[in-house]
Amino acid sequence: MHNSDKFNIPLGPQHPALKEPEGFSVALKGEKIMGMDIRLGYNHRGIEKACEERTYIQDLYLIERVCGICSHSHSTCFVQAVEEIAGVQVPKRALYIRTLIAELERVHSHLLWLGVAGHEIGFDTLLMYTWRDREIVMDILALLTGNRVNYGINTIGGVRRDISPKQIEEVYKGIKTLEERTRYYIEVATQETTIIKRLSGVGVLSREDALRLDAVGPTARASGVNRDVRRDDPYAAYAEIKFNVITDDHNDVYGRTVVRVKELMESYAIVKQCLKDLPEGPITVKVPRKIPAGEATSRYEAPRGEDLHYVKSNGTEKPERVKVRAPTLANIQAVKHMLKDRYLADMPIVIAAIDPCFSCTDRLVYLSHCEPPKGVKQSQKRDCFASLAMTSRFKNAKVMSWEALRTYSIEWHRVHGIDFSELNNTFRKRLEKR
Amino acid sequence: MLNSLFFILVFPGFLFVSFFGLVAEYVDRKIYARLQNRVGPPWFQTFADFIKLLGKEDIVPCEANARMFGLAPIFALSAVVTVFLYIPIWRYDAAFSFNGDIIMALYLLTIPTLAFFIGGWYSTSLFARLGSVRCVTQLFAYEVPLFMSILSAALLANSWSLRDIANFYSLRPAYCLFNLLGFAVSMVALLGKLEKAPFDIPEAETEIVAGAFTEYSGRLLALLRLAIDIEMVVGAALFVAVFFPFALALGAALGFIVFIIEVLAVVALLSLMRTVVARLRIDQMIDFCWKYLVPLALLQLLINLILKGVLV
Repeated sequence: MHNSDKFNIPLGPQHPALKEPEGFSVALKGEKIMGMDIRLGYNHRGIEKACEERTYIQDLYLIERVCGICSHSHSTCFVQAVEEIAGVQVPKRALYIRTLIAELERVHSHLLWLGVAGHEIGFDTLLMYTWRDREIVMDILALLTGNRVNYGINTIGGVRRDISPKQIEEVYKGIKTLEERTRYYIEVATQETTIIKRLSGVGVLSREDALRLDAVGPTARASGVNRDVRRDDPYAAYAEIKFNVITDDHNDVYGRTVVRVKELMESYAIVKQCLKDLPEGPITVKVPRKIPAGEATSRYEAPRGEDLHYVKSNGTEKPERVKVRAPTLANIQAVKHMLKDRYLADMPIVIAAIDPCFSCTDRLVYLSHCEPPKGVKQSQKRDCFASLAMTSRFKNAKVMSWEALRTYSIEWHRVHGIDFSELNNTFRKRLEKR
Repeated sequence: MLNSLFFILVFPGFLFVSFFGLVAEYVDRKIYARLQNRVGPPWFQTFADFIKLLGKEDIVPCEANARMFGLAPIFALSAVVTVFLYIPIWRYDAAFSFNGDIIMALYLLTIPTLAFFIGGWYSTSLFARLGSVRCVTQLFAYEVPLFMSILSAALLANSWSLRDIANFYSLRPAYCLFNLLGFAVSMVALLGKLEKAPFDIPEAETEIVAGAFTEYSGRLLALLRLAIDIEMVVGAALFVAVFFPFALALGAALGFIVFIIEVLAVVALLSLMRTVVARLRIDQMIDFCWKYLVPLALLQLLINLILKGVLV
């Protein structure tokens, strides 16, 4: 390891800094990052394709599992698109309940992030404290929906569970404790010397770069981009709720921390408003199983940024196409830019600062013409597309039908020594006997 | 001869100090956990970990230099165990002593860091190599203030022998107050030596996995961890002997108990310090040591030089 030599170290796909498999190959010179390569795709689950084979109601549960943290975001985003196609008027009470769960989810996501950020900079005490308090909001969510993570509260045309006055009391109580604790965390995160040393000036993303690289959510808002779908394109009950969009002009990881902790306080206020103004009435309307032909795009401000779902229906009970664009895909482009000329030690926190969720992000995009836009040098070509799709690896790619895909998969596994044909035969015989 | 063997192998040598080291690790982990609002490990956890690791297979990477890779933990362990023999624990006398042993003790306490460097370097893993380079880079930052603050205490006592220094301060307990600044500086430097937060840069798990120890497993890892535990108690015991040797005047049994409590108190202070901070970057760590710790250590040296002229 001579000092003048560059060398590559692999951060991932398996690495303690990453909670999900993800490949970062970092070129280092001493402790300095000279360049890096991001490889997405270790978590691809084919959810979009699977959605086409299931009914809208089944898809709802599948879509909810796109992300383990912002599950409500994805299911609401999907349900909004379907409701738009079907032309359903969702009852107000249902919209308020959706908003309530959405904000509680934001609270749990941001608290989780604060802990992870603490861990990435070696401050495990912050991790232990925030995750302890995150339990309060998890308990509230379990109380309201019956589940801690995948809430399953949404259904097409409304929500599945009503909220009782007794539950409202419990939520108020929990939120009160959380507000107190969050005030303390704001103090810690913005005043503790070692934290500031590690966050301030790290992962700088200027306003221009944030706009150019299409950053979303807290990452963009910390660079002074005043953008929030909740206010700009209100959905659910946000049009009737008063809240501030938090922005910050530090442009660095410190700014992103400030935005998130302040957003926590806003979320508490929104939750309280929702509970106070909760209208009476039904919580769901009946929607036919078959959705008329049409298409819709739905936007949603997930804790990590703008989530986007596109649904195309063909008049049957199954969608023809579902497209999910998770906020991480928008933000991951900026990471490379943020890490220019930084130290290896900054890498975990800079990656963590966009609050990445790689399993949400992994979609396969097939670019039939992989030409860089005009004005991009040939040497930058790979950078342009590397994180979008590994086009060069799929020279012979083609679009397959569902049946062809199944046959291909069975054949692939047989070649690799996994053969289920005998097992299938046994099962078939057993079924026939019945 | 038999006496010396007993000193080296049983008490206060290898057996005792290993046991004490594991107990200290338990205290450290338990306090760290309680401060973080966790339950923490049961009392036998560190022993169970150690025994379990001893029973595991040693894996040496193909590309590693097997001899250096295997020797590094033994070097580290034997160096730190040796230091403990020179520290006066309950009588006015240590197991072994000569004029100049404080220099040797500080020197031997440097060996583990070098052993970690060698072990990490020869294991040829990228993470291990980065970690070992960080180990040594860090060494140059904290060694200077650590040496200066401990030796300035020795300066006031007018001796290079740990036994004499301890005797000097135990007869004049008020003099310990002059060294409080030096004690604070050396506590911070000890955090660097033990690679604990905020100076756990060489084994920053979110960056370089386990640093120099990445490739170690089984018995060798057990020995490395034992060496770090012993380094912690030996460091703490050295501080007690130099800065607060009050136990010596209390007689054998009571003195010994007070000494153990004092060492554990230093360990507890170390865990408190590492609970409330985030990890620094290596460049920030070096800046901090040279900008703040070294001038403070120099100030302590100056104070003691003046005091020496006035008092002695």
